[in-house]
Amino acid sequence: MKGRTGLRGRAAALALLPIYFTALVFVVGPLAYMLALSFLSRAETWGVELTFTVRNYLGILAPVYLQTFRQSLRLAFLCTTLIALIGYPFGYFMARLPQKWRRILSFFLVIPIWTSSLMRLYGWIIIFRAGGVLDSLLMKTGVVQQSLKLLYTYPAVVTGMVYVLLPFMIYSVYASAEKMDWNLVEAARDLGAGKMQAFFTITFRLTMPGLLSGVVLTFIPSMGLFFVADILGGNKVVLVGSVIQEQLMKAHNWPFAAAFSVVLMILTSLLIYLYRRITKVRDLEGLV
Amino acid sequence: MSRRVAGKGRKRMKRNRNSPFPAIYLGLVLLLTYLPLLLVMLYSFNAGRLSSVWEGFSLSWYRELFRDRSIFEALRNSVVLALASSLAAAVIGTLGAVGMARTRYRTNGIIEYLSTLPIMIPEIILGMVFLAFFSLIGLPFGMTSLIIGHTIFCIPYVFTMVKARLAGMDPSYVEAAKDLGAGELRAFWDITFPLLRPAIVSGMLISFAMSMDDVIISMFLTDVNVNTLPIKIYTQLKTGVTPKTNALCALMFAFTLVLGLLSLWISQNGKAAIAAGNGDRGEKEQRL
Repeated sequence: MKGRTGLRGRAAALALLPIYFTALVFVVGPLAYMLALSFLSRAETWGVELTFTVRNYLGILAPVYLQTFRQSLRLAFLCTTLIALIGYPFGYFMARLPQKWRRILSFFLVIPIWTSSLMRLYGWIIIFRAGGVLDSLLMKTGVVQQSLKLLYTYPAVVTGMVYVLLPFMIYSVYASAEKMDWNLVEAARDLGAGKMQAFFTITFRLTMPGLLSGVVLTFIPSMGLFFVADILGGNKVVLVGSVIQEQLMKAHNWPFAAAFSVVLMILTSLLIYLYRRITKVRDLEGLV
Repeated sequence: MSRRVAGKGRKRMKRNRNSPFPAIYLGLVLLLTYLPLLLVMLYSFNAGRLSSVWEGFSLSWYRELFRDRSIFEALRNSVVLALASSLAAAVIGTLGAVGMARTRYRTNGIIEYLSTLPIMIPEIILGMVFLAFFSLIGLPFGMTSLIIGHTIFCIPYVFTMVKARLAGMDPSYVEAAKDLGAGELRAFWDITFPLLRPAIVSGMLISFAMSMDDVIISMFLTDVNVNTLPIKIYTQLKTGVTPKTNALCALMFAFTLVLGLLSLWISQNGKAAIAAGNGDRGEKEQRL
C-alpha cells in the first residue's frame, strides 16, 4: 500500500516510540506493580517483604472496611443519582438552544471544570459554616432560629460531591444530545406520539450513551475524591479513597492500600465494561 | 382533511412555542454553579479575619498575599509543572496519534487503550501506583516525579483530541503534497501539523488546567520541599483559612478565565481554518 513502506513507515514507527514507552513503562509498570504489591506482606518496620500472601484481601473483608465500601458505594449511588437528575435536563435543554447560546453556555460550563475544585469547595465552606452565609440568610428571614451546623455533615459532603462532578454529567449528556437528529423526534410527533412518548422512545434512548458516560464519569470519582469528604465532612464520612490515602500516607501499609486499590480498580473496570457492552461505544461520550 | 392539516399545524406551533422553564432551569443551575466561586471572591475583599463574616471592604489580604514568598514559590512550581507536563503530553500524544493513524500494528489498539486509561481510573489509584512504582525504581520525589505523573494523565487529553481531528481530516491534502514532491517530514510540517494545531492547543490547554488543579496525584508524588498551589490551598483549608486564601483563589480564577477565553478564541479560529480548508468535520474538539 502506498505510503506504508520505506522511510514513511519508519518515520511513523519512530513517532510511536514515545507513546509505546510511556504506556508500557508508566502505565503498565505501575499497575502491574500495584497488583504484585497487593499479594506481598508488610515488613515489620518499613517497606514490604517478598512473601506471597492473600492476607491483604482478607483484611478488606473485615467489618470496618466492608462498612467503608458500603458507605462509599451508597454515597456514590446517591450522588450519581442526584447528578443525573440535575444534569440530564441541563444537558438536554442546552442542546436545544440556538447555536450562539450553546457556545456561551458551554464556555460557562468549562470554566468550573477548569477552576480548582478546592476553590469551589471552599465556597461551600463559606456557605455552610456555622454563622456563615446560609445561616445568616435563614436566620435573618426567620426560617430558622439557630445555626444549622451544616458543615461537616453528610449533606454537606453530598452537596460538595454533586457540585464538583455535575459539569461532567452535563457535558456528557450535552455531547450526545447535541449530535442527535431532532428530526426523529419531529417524525415521532407527526406520527402521533405524545410529548412524553416521543421523549422516551427517541430522545432518551439516543442520549443514553451520554447519560451512562456521565454516570461512569461521576460514579468512579465519587468513591475516590477523599478531599471532598475531608474538607466538607470532617472525618465523619469515610470513602474508599480516604482509606487508601490513610493506609498509604499514615499507616504506611502499602500492600493493604494496593489490595484496596485493586478492588476499586476491578469495580471501576466492571463499570466501564458494562458501559461499553450497553452502549457499544468505545470512548466515553463527551470525555474531551 | 384540511381541518386536520390545520390542526396539525397548530399543534406543531404549540410544540415550538418557547416555554420559559428551560431558560429558568439553565439559569438557576448556572447561578448555583457560580455562587460559591463568587462568594470566595467577594470575601477576599473582606477587612476582617473571618472568611464568612463581612466587615467592610479592604485590599489588605491581597497585599499580604503578595508578601508571602511561599505562595509565589508554590505558584511557580505549579506553572512550571503544568507547562512541562502539558508540553510533554502534547509531543507524546500528538506523535502517538499521528503514528497510529499511519501504521497498522496490531499492538496499536492496546497501546491506545493503555494510554487513555489514566483518565478512566480514579485519581487516588493513579496516585497510589505512581507513588509505589516511583519508589520502586528509585525516582526522586519532587519536581521530576510530579512532571512524569502529570504527563501521564495529560497524554489522554491531547491524544484523544488529535485523534478526533485526524479522523475528520481529508487525507488528500497530504497525498497532494506528496505528489508535488514533499517528503514525509515536509508534508507533516506543512500540511498535517497546521491542521492539527487547534486540536493540539486545545488538548494542551485542558492538560494545563488539569495539571494546575490536581491535588490527589500531586499529594502522593511530591516531597515536603515542593509545594504546588493546590496542595498549599488544601493545607490551608484543613488547618484554617484567612481571606488570604480567598485572594489567592480569586487570582487563580481570573487566570482560569483568561485561559478559558484564550481557548475559546483558539477553537473559534481553528474552526474557521477547518471550515476554509476542509468542510466542517472536526467537531469534537470544539466542544472544549
